[in-house]
Amino acid sequence: MQEVYERIKNHPDFRNLVKLRRKISWILTSIVILFYFIFILIIAFSPNTFSRTVFPDNATTLGIIIGLFIILLSIFLTGIYVYLANKKLDKINDKIIKIINK
Amino acid sequence: MNFSIILILFMLDVSNVYAIDSQTMGLTNINIPAVIMFIIFVSITLGITYWAAKKTRSASDFYTAGGSISGFQNGLAIAGDYMSAASFLGISGLVFASGFDGLIYSIGFLVGWPVILFLLAERLRNLGKYTFSDAVSFRLKELPIRSLAACGTLAVVILYLIAQMVGAGKLIQILFGLPYSVAVFIVGFLMICYVTFGGMLATTWVQTIKAVLLLFGATILAFAVLNKFDFSFNLLFTKAISSHHLGEAIMAPGGLISDPVSAISLGLALMFGTAGLPHILMRFFTVRNAKEARNSVFFATSFIGYFYILTFVIGFGAIVLLTNNDAFLDKFGNILGGNNMAAVHLSKAVGGDIFLGFISAVAFATILAVVSGLTLAGASAISHDLYASLFCGGEVQERKEVVVSRISTIILGVIAILLGILFEKQNVAYMVGLAFAIAASVNFPILFFSMYWSRLTTRGAFAGGAAGLLTAVLCVILGPIVWVDILGNTKAIFPYKYPALFSMSIAFITIIIISYLDKSTRAKKEIEAFDGQFVRAQTGVGAEGAVQHQI
Repeated sequence: MQEVYERIKNHPDFRNLVKLRRKISWILTSIVILFYFIFILIIAFSPNTFSRTVFPDNATTLGIIIGLFIILLSIFLTGIYVYLANKKLDKINDKIIKIINK
Repeated sequence: MNFSIILILFMLDVSNVYAIDSQTMGLTNINIPAVIMFIIFVSITLGITYWAAKKTRSASDFYTAGGSISGFQNGLAIAGDYMSAASFLGISGLVFASGFDGLIYSIGFLVGWPVILFLLAERLRNLGKYTFSDAVSFRLKELPIRSLAACGTLAVVILYLIAQMVGAGKLIQILFGLPYSVAVFIVGFLMICYVTFGGMLATTWVQTIKAVLLLFGATILAFAVLNKFDFSFNLLFTKAISSHHLGEAIMAPGGLISDPVSAISLGLALMFGTAGLPHILMRFFTVRNAKEARNSVFFATSFIGYFYILTFVIGFGAIVLLTNNDAFLDKFGNILGGNNMAAVHLSKAVGGDIFLGFISAVAFATILAVVSGLTLAGASAISHDLYASLFCGGEVQERKEVVVSRISTIILGVIAILLGILFEKQNVAYMVGLAFAIAASVNFPILFFSMYWSRLTTRGAFAGGAAGLLTAVLCVILGPIVWVDILGNTKAIFPYKYPALFSMSIAFITIIIISYLDKSTRAKKEIEAFDGQFVRAQTGVGAEGAVQHQI
C-alpha cells in the first residue's frame, strides 16, 4: 500500500485535488468562523448593539436577525461544499483511482 | 462511602418528587394519549431491535451497522443523535427564561457542523474504522493515544448522559406522575436493551424515527404558535416583551453571558466541541464512503438548523402563552416542573391533551435515541479502544470483542441511571456545555492535529490531550457550578463557568511544544508516515470498507 501512496503522492492530479480541496475547505471554514466570532464578540463586548431594532414599528432586533442569518448561512455553506465536492473533487479523485488501478 | 452518599441523595430525592407530584397531579393526572403513543414507540423500536439483533453478528455490525447506512438516513440519524433533550427542552426553556440567550446556544450548537464537514468528516471516514481513535492512532502509537481518546470519550459520554437522564426523569415525572428515579430507571433500561441487542443498526433506526417524529412535532408546535399571532414575528415578539418580566431585555444578550471571557469560551466550546463528540464522530463510519459521509452532514445540518429555528419560535410562544396562564404555574408564579418543561406545557396550551401526549412521547423518544448513541460510543471506547486494541494488543476474537462491548453497555447504563438520580437538580443545558468543553479540549485537538499537522508526534498528542482534559475537568470542579452550587462553597476558585478558552489553548500549545521537542526515532517515523496517511485521507484509497475505492 505504501508504494501505491508514493505513486499517488507525486501525481499532478493528486496535487490538483489537494490544492482545490484546501482552497474550498479553508475559504468556507473562514467564513463560518468569521461570522460566528463576530456574533460572539458583539455579545461579549457590545451586547447593546444587538438590542437595536432594525425596522420601524417592528420589535425584531438586530441580534435576532444576525442569529437567524448565521443559521441559514451554515446550511447554505454546507450545501455549497457538498455541491463542489460532488461535482469537482470527486471527478479528480475518480481519475486518480482509475490511473492507479491500471 | 460514595454509595451511601448516593443512597442518601436518592432518598431525599424520592421525598422531593412526591412533594412535586401532589402539586402537579391536579394539572396532568395520567395522560392517556401520551401513554399510548409512548407504548407504540417503545413497541416499534423494540421490534426493530429484535430484527437488528438477528443481523448484528460481527464487530463491524455492532459498531457501524456494517457500514450499510445511506447518506440521507445517516443525516437523519445524526440529527436524531444530536438534537437532544437539552436542545429541545433545554433551549426552548432557555428562550422561555431569557429570550435571546437561547439563540446563542442554538447557533453555537449548529456552527460546529460546517466545520466538521469542511475539515474532518471525509478524512475521518477515510482513516478510521469504528471510533475516532482509529483515525488518530493511524500513525501514532496506539497505547497512549487510544487510552487518552477513550478517557476523552468516556468523560464526554458520561456528562452528556447525565444531562439526558435528568431531562428524562423530569419529563416522565410530570407526565406520568412516576417518581423521578423510576423514570430514570425506565430510560436506562430501554437504552440498554436497544444497544446491547441491536447495536448500531437498532440505534440508527431509533435515532432516525425519533428525528422524523421530533421534526414533525416541533414543526406543528411552532406553526400552531405562529398561527396564534397571524404569522407575524413582530406581533409574537411584541407580546412576548409585554408578558415577560424582563421586558425588552429578552430581545438581546442578557444574563447567560455576563463577561467577554465567558462569551468567547462558550463560543469555542460549542463550535469545536461538536467536532469532538465521540457519538457523532462514530456515525461517519456507518456509511459506505467519504462521499456518503459528506452528504450526510449536509442533510444533518439542514435538519438541525431548521429545528433550532423552530425551538426559538417555540420558546417565544411559551413566553406569551404560559407566563400569565395560571394552569401552568405553581403558587410562586414559576412554571410547573421548571423552565425545561416550557415546550411540553406549550403543546398543551396550543393543542390540548392529545398534542401534549404526542410531544411528551416525542421528547421521551428524543432522550432514548440520544442516550443510546452515547452509550454505544462509550461502550465502543471500552471494548474497541481499551479492551481489543490495548488489553489484547489487537489480537482478539471478534466474538469476544462484541461480548465485551455488550457488557460495557450494561455497565454504562447502570452508571447513567445512578448519576441521573444524583444530578437531578442541575440545569441540563449547562451539563451539556461541560461535555462540549471536554470534547473541544481533548478529542478535537488530537483529531485535528493528527490530520493536518505532519509534525504531530505521539508524545505531543498525549501530553496536549491530557493537559486539555485535566484543565477542563479542574476548571469545572473549581468553577462556579460544581465548587459553589454543588459543593456549597461560597466563592469559586476558577471564576468562569466555561473553561474551553483556557483548556483548548493549553491543549493546542502543549501539543505544539511537546511535538517540536520530541526528537525520538519513533517521532521521526511518525512524521514520515504522514504522507501515506495524507494520501489515504484525501483519496480514500485503502479506506475501511470502501468498496468502490478498493484496489
